[in-house]
Amino acid sequence: MDKIVIENLNVQYADGTESLKNINLNVQAKQVTVLFGPAGGGKSTLLRTLNRLNDLANVHIQSGHVWMDDIDILDPDLNVIALRRKVGMVFSRPALLPLSIYENVAYGLRVAGENRRFNLNRVVEQSLRQAVLWDEVYDRLNDSAFDLSGGQQQRLCIARTLALEPEVIMLDEPTSALDPISTAKIESTMRELAANLTIIWAPHNTQQAARMADQAAFFMQGELIETGPAEQLFVLPQDKRTEDYIKGRFG
Amino acid sequence: MQKRIPFITSRRTQQFGYILLGLATFIVVLPIIILIIFVAAAGLPAISWEFLTAMPNDGMRAGGILPAILGTFYLTLGTALFAVPPGIAAAIYLAEYAPDNVWTRSIRIAMTNLAGIPSVVYGLFGLGLFVIFLKFGTSILAASLTLAIMTLPVIISTAEQAFRAVPIQFRTVSISLGATRWQTIWRVVLPESLPGIITGVILGLERAAGETAPILFTGATFFLPRLPNSPMDPTMALPYHLFVISTQVPGMPIHIQYGTVLVLLVFVLGMNLIAAVIRSRARARRKW
Repeated sequence: MDKIVIENLNVQYADGTESLKNINLNVQAKQVTVLFGPAGGGKSTLLRTLNRLNDLANVHIQSGHVWMDDIDILDPDLNVIALRRKVGMVFSRPALLPLSIYENVAYGLRVAGENRRFNLNRVVEQSLRQAVLWDEVYDRLNDSAFDLSGGQQQRLCIARTLALEPEVIMLDEPTSALDPISTAKIESTMRELAANLTIIWAPHNTQQAARMADQAAFFMQGELIETGPAEQLFVLPQDKRTEDYIKGRFG
Repeated sequence: MQKRIPFITSRRTQQFGYILLGLATFIVVLPIIILIIFVAAAGLPAISWEFLTAMPNDGMRAGGILPAILGTFYLTLGTALFAVPPGIAAAIYLAEYAPDNVWTRSIRIAMTNLAGIPSVVYGLFGLGLFVIFLKFGTSILAASLTLAIMTLPVIISTAEQAFRAVPIQFRTVSISLGATRWQTIWRVVLPESLPGIITGVILGLERAAGETAPILFTGATFFLPRLPNSPMDPTMALPYHLFVISTQVPGMPIHIQYGTVLVLLVFVLGMNLIAAVIRSRARARRKW
């Protein structure tokens, strides 16, 4: 089942950096869709389009449609707050807020007006458990989030996203700054979450792309070169450029 | 062996450089140290409980300087009241909302220029606008408003810098979690920039507290037989009082003059010290 349908999407920033050219892509529900390819290919731009974070950037041109549950999320009148709660995002550098561990997780609920301690406590614990972080932090929830290790910080970011009970989670190079053990933890956590969520993952290397993907999409210079099920795309790519990239001939 | 020689000389040169830089720093700091020691030595004999808490008498040649101390306190408070809220609001607008266009650029240019205007011009402006046109008379109100206008550019630009020092990443993350722009400012940007803002506010107020020219025509008075009891009253103030007793009163005991200088200096340096403590504390706590 398609969760997101992207139709003829064009995005161009005013300063001429990264852009997207006529993208058509279906993102399936309860699957991990991996966006991969060389840097500057348009992966981040696509992610930032899907939760309308691009509203903050200086976007010069934007056209096409992005349907999510039959709603066009590019509609200027869309309630972007509701969209962003539905489409969570984990950034490449652990992107903590300068708050305690507890308040980082509770932040999304607080800005939505939830202030009842009982509810916050429940959601914070539940989200931290889902992100497999609870056992490591339950006794120091009021410490600064910056006291955590890099891997823990990234899992905290995942917990923070989960607290809003999102339908889609996007990860933009989530493990680029992490060691292999922390990376493995995050990969297995996300693998479990994929049972109930739609996950869009832009990994920082091809190996992770191959490991994580149910579906894969190869981006280069703002174009979607090729897309398909992982077992096909990584084994028998149709396009020469995809094959060259996967085999490490460039990039 | 020949290769070692330049290594040694370069190290000597470096040491010589350090000494030179250290010396230069010392020369810069020296006048301040001398000033403080000199004022403290000359002024301390005048300081007593009576000096700080009594009304002046005998044509200000004896007694205390309470009305001047209180007056400066009131004026500083009034300045803070009128300058801080609009100053921070303007900084929020400039740092967080204002697009980069001709309009906001001209606001910035105007602010830079305002900061460079001589304070006596502010005094005359205050006289024209607040004292005469708005009929506040020479009063604490008019003087505070004049000082506030003079202080605003300092507060706005330091607060704007404090906002800009908060990483963009925090804003992006906050927005991505469904926060509005205002919630992002209120919950993340403002708390993180508060120490910087407070420092800027204190430095601005400190300058206002020591100014004479802006209050000369708008609120300061030569001598008041009683303490001011409403914002519409004129007031004595330390800097102006100092000017008066140094130039206008014949036979003024020198130790009272230096005592007054000392009180003003402690008032201003005390505010500076508070700003420094806030800054270093915040820096120690900051983890990003």
